[in-house]
Amino acid sequence: MKPFHYQRADRLEHVAQLISASGAMAIAGGTNLIDLMKLQVETPDTIIDVNRLPLDQIAEEGDGLRIGALATNTATAGHGKVRSDYPILAKAILAGATQQLRNKATTAGNLCQRTRCYYFTNIDQPCNKRDPGSGCGAITGIARLHAILGTSDQCIATYPGDMAVAMAALDAKVEIKDRAGNTRSIAVRDFHRLPNDAPEKDNILEPGDIITGVILPAPVPGKQLYRKVRERSSYAFALCSVAAIIDMDEGKITRADLAFGGIAHKPWFDARLGELLVGETPSLSLFDKAADLLLEDAHGFGENDFKIPLTRRALAATLCEATGVDA
Amino acid sequence: MTAHLKQNKLDKRNVLDGMQQGIIGKPISRSEGLLKVTGKATYAAEYHLENCLEGVIVTAPFAKGRVTVIDESSVMEMPGVITVISDERMIARAAQGTAGAAPLQKACDVDYWGQPIALVVAESFEEARNAAKHLHIEFEVEDAIFDASEVEVEPQDGATQQGDLAQAMAEAEHSVDISYTTEGHASAAMEPHAAIADWDGETLTVRASLQMLNYNIGELADSMDLDESKVRLISRYVGGGFGSKLGISQEVVAASIAAMQLGRPVRVVMSRQQVFQTIMRRSETTQRLRLAADANGRLTGFGHEALVSNLPGEGFAEPVTQSSEFLYAGENRLLKIDIARIHRMTAGSVRAPGEAVGMPALEAALDELAEKAGIDPVELRLRNIPEEHPATGTPFSSHKLAECLQQGAKAFGWDSGPRKPRNRREGEWWIGTGVASAARVHIVSQARARVTLQADGTALVETDMTDIGTGTYTILGQIAGEMLGLAQEQVKVELGDTRHPRGSGSGGSWGAASVGSAVFVACEAIRAKIASQLGISADMELTLKDSTVSWDEGKKSLSDIIDGKDIAREGHYEPGDITEDYAASGYGAFFVEVAVNRWTGETRMRRMTGAFGFGRVLNEKTARSQCLGGMVWCIGSALTESLLFDPRDGHLVNCDLAEYHVPVNRDIPDLDVIMVEERDPAASPIQAKGIGELGMCGGAGAIANAIYNACGARMHDFPMTPDRVLAAMPDE
Repeated sequence: MKPFHYQRADRLEHVAQLISASGAMAIAGGTNLIDLMKLQVETPDTIIDVNRLPLDQIAEEGDGLRIGALATNTATAGHGKVRSDYPILAKAILAGATQQLRNKATTAGNLCQRTRCYYFTNIDQPCNKRDPGSGCGAITGIARLHAILGTSDQCIATYPGDMAVAMAALDAKVEIKDRAGNTRSIAVRDFHRLPNDAPEKDNILEPGDIITGVILPAPVPGKQLYRKVRERSSYAFALCSVAAIIDMDEGKITRADLAFGGIAHKPWFDARLGELLVGETPSLSLFDKAADLLLEDAHGFGENDFKIPLTRRALAATLCEATGVDA
Repeated sequence: MTAHLKQNKLDKRNVLDGMQQGIIGKPISRSEGLLKVTGKATYAAEYHLENCLEGVIVTAPFAKGRVTVIDESSVMEMPGVITVISDERMIARAAQGTAGAAPLQKACDVDYWGQPIALVVAESFEEARNAAKHLHIEFEVEDAIFDASEVEVEPQDGATQQGDLAQAMAEAEHSVDISYTTEGHASAAMEPHAAIADWDGETLTVRASLQMLNYNIGELADSMDLDESKVRLISRYVGGGFGSKLGISQEVVAASIAAMQLGRPVRVVMSRQQVFQTIMRRSETTQRLRLAADANGRLTGFGHEALVSNLPGEGFAEPVTQSSEFLYAGENRLLKIDIARIHRMTAGSVRAPGEAVGMPALEAALDELAEKAGIDPVELRLRNIPEEHPATGTPFSSHKLAECLQQGAKAFGWDSGPRKPRNRREGEWWIGTGVASAARVHIVSQARARVTLQADGTALVETDMTDIGTGTYTILGQIAGEMLGLAQEQVKVELGDTRHPRGSGSGGSWGAASVGSAVFVACEAIRAKIASQLGISADMELTLKDSTVSWDEGKKSLSDIIDGKDIAREGHYEPGDITEDYAASGYGAFFVEVAVNRWTGETRMRRMTGAFGFGRVLNEKTARSQCLGGMVWCIGSALTESLLFDPRDGHLVNCDLAEYHVPVNRDIPDLDVIMVEERDPAASPIQAKGIGELGMCGGAGAIANAIYNACGARMHDFPMTPDRVLAAMPDE
């Protein structure tokens, strides 16, 4: 661990200035950053403790719900409104990490968590995300955890989280305050990037930006499911996950908001799936068509080839469960 | 005074059963439990020594070659840095269990990725760790092979060849010939390897996390070129070993060199990644099982061949066929192990070496044979229990496999009707059941312990034996209390210090029977001394209970007899001819129910029953906990545990507990443990056998069999992860 300075930000106005400094990083729960600092993967000169900022509120805002950047995962998953109106979010959060980690982990920190690629976390191995230009160890290495969609020849890492996958299905917005104090918002679906030729950038945040909260839109009717496939039943990242909000009317699908985790550099949202499914009568062959569409550009790297059929099956299972198709 | 017992004969006296105190076998909670749960038990790294420096190990970022330059000047200007140690005495590999002498030294010659090559010592841990990351080294890398299938193999000694297996296979009514693979395993103990070394100019004292001080002292003394009398090891509490702390590891020697060189105490704690990358792995295995049976399912041929790997120069080969030697009948036998020399880190003992991976394959093959023969798998096992050791003809001492299978089946509610896969579905989950036998060869070793009946009427037990979380403190107190008529609280047990008599060490499940017998022998000597003080000839006429001695003609309190003078006896137990004359083993049976997801291939445990016979139960609670732990490891090796090595440079990629998946709470269903009463007169004078590892010998096979019964996927590769289950699952 590289020696670092510690500064506490007590007021939101100060944060932008503090984290704009070169080598500064914000720390909230620290469940990811501290591990990476110990491994010398992250080497900030200064960490800015943002835990005292008044950003931990969860409150109704318009027809929707505003989740503060510093609301803990435990608080969000346990919030009455989340449980009643956005159960998919509670389910996804509770499928992640462990109770101890969720007690510390925050909304913004969770969105910004870094990949669990084995080559990213080992500084004696090449990694374009950690050390741009050094190469990718995973592409021809052990790629069990890695992406099958949206990869580049620079990086095949996955975004490891669960919470953001549910937020992508819900079409939540991330609220960001920039260095100049202006607030903008961006869809969770667009917050994370694909690696392309700059895998060191996980998301669209610019220097000095700070996430202040996530806005959930007005609740929608329908079943909300989160299916996470993994070899052990807790404390494991998804081999693949499916977040689904499905509504039906008179035997036809009227809403199909789907997002996927564990298969790409970002929570994967493909608008074409909803377009394909809505208005149709649910059936296994329809779900197969949806999977064909989802996976038409999917590409495995040997170790993770299994994710392609696994994602297909996880999607079918989730849609069967949501629509009552008896397979 | 030392009392010595070399066990050459069956000990049918069952002395402990004749005692009156009534604490032996009772489910007494661990005596050190409160200290542990309140954080007051001091583990190796937790001692506060004045002026203590911190050392951090630097490891090789390549698998084979030579370190040519370690540039100390690259870090000496960094804050807090005291020195860089790259001494020829530093050990390149951890010592194998029971080595007793230095392992390979000269750490600059590198044989595996992550091999420790230097130690950076600084005033603070943070400074040492940061400097360690900045130490400039230069090296020459050589080509190396990391895959066992790419090298010529060496046959191991001790193969069994008897009759003609090929012919038996050709003539068999029913037969199977199946290949299995298992991946490498890590011990994955919670407490990382750690040592604090302190040199006072005369004696090197090292507080370390070690399983077998009786051997470790020789390993450290030899590494440091010191006389054993100049070395003291202290290891009072060990946060799990599972084989990884049998021999000394690199941090012990590195800390010792630094402490002697600097004249200040030095602490070295391995990071989690270093523990995974540098200590010991269980070898991956490739196994071929050939079973030939007659029309009634009686085995006529038994073949179990394995390919394992290790580094060049290592004597250890995963003893995959250890239980196959004797568990089942079959007059035509072929058992052999080949070893491939590859450049992954040292392969050594990891929880139940041999059986943990050999038995699941055997028990899965037996399930396929049962299906072919149309015989219930429990019945098939019962039909193949041999009368005597099938290769050597040695008689069994006490053998509880049949009872375990029968009692386990009853408790589990085993349905012995016809079995076919996909018979039961609940929602999207296929439900199935499976059975497997358990066996773990019983080992005892010599051990010494001193018992002192003290003037105040309490007793003190001292040995350098360790308690690695198994309950040794408690059971030794129970044995002494039972023998001397004292309550548990009146017996103090001091362990884990080489100033005490040499115990047996904790490993191979031999600790309780070995050092427990040494305590027993010492107590017998104390009882004899009491008898002689009272003028009574035969020791057995005495009844010692509640601090009172009574005999035919009288009654006297212990303190009156002691009369202010301690009675101290050292017990020295030694296994003798008995280990040759009888084949002793613990036996058991596993019954499991699993659910397999028809969409995703995920397997979840629903329930698991284990029935075990391991001689006398010394403490019902700690023994049960040992069985539970073993069953948990069965689930890990069946479903999740797998070391992943990069095929290009041989580095271990999943080197922490987030990515090396041991089971979590939610993976563990209701576990039911049945302990089958047994007294084994060949096992030890206390009639106890080993337990620790028995609980994980074969259970993964029961899970494989249950997965097949649930969903029709015959699994030949462990761990049985969702992707593998899906690939083997037939279409619905």
